[in-house]
Amino acid sequence: MAIAKKSVIWSLFAAGGTLTAFIFPALMALFLLIATGNVPDGLQYQQFHTFAVSWLGKAALFVVLFLSLWHAAHRLRVVAHDFGIRKDKLVANVVYLVATIGTVLTAYFLLSIN
Amino acid sequence: MSRQPYVRPMSKTTWYMRNGRYQVYMLREMTSFLVGFYTFLTIYALYTLTANSPDAWNSFISSQQGPFMAVFHGLALLYFLLYQTFPWFKLAPKAMPIQLGEKKLPGSYIVVAHYVAWVIASAIIFWLAGVI
Repeated sequence: MAIAKKSVIWSLFAAGGTLTAFIFPALMALFLLIATGNVPDGLQYQQFHTFAVSWLGKAALFVVLFLSLWHAAHRLRVVAHDFGIRKDKLVANVVYLVATIGTVLTAYFLLSIN
Repeated sequence: MSRQPYVRPMSKTTWYMRNGRYQVYMLREMTSFLVGFYTFLTIYALYTLTANSPDAWNSFISSQQGPFMAVFHGLALLYFLLYQTFPWFKLAPKAMPIQLGEKKLPGSYIVVAHYVAWVIASAIIFWLAGVI
């Protein structure tokens, strides 16, 4: 892989790792609250829809999901290697394609919420 | 290079089982599945909002309820803390040492700063979600 490309992938991995380390526990705790039937007020339709309509809410959700997607993609590429899959080019194409599709869907969904 | 270089026999699929450090490395690597899972779960949640009506959102919320999901999220949260969040904070001073003139800022300061920032970030999310 060209050095220039590698540095972009690496910085997305590092930024995503820091971001997920900080905020995923809270995200998972929110899903846990939902699962136990204690849906927080902020996640009721009216309130969360209002948040996702605001540009600040859209920007926050996009940054979090974008970095998480590329962080997971890069790490799953390494995981595939660790489990003995030696077709790195194919694996890289698959994981980065899924991350690209996820990024596009996130943007499209966020723009459709209004 | 010698014509018959010695290649240490090593399993490509179970090499990490030989050494405790490698096992922990693999346990940490597994958190990337959780990152992927929760990212796509959240993207799906946004998809249910695109209808711009409460019905799709409410059925998504009720589909996520129940003891199975509660146990899953509880275990996933614990696993993620132990193998992603805490190790990430622990390695921060090694990945980003802060130089102060001739000396380096003690690593423990950087680790503590990460924990403080984590508590604040989590509090902001819980406040936004109306939990606190």
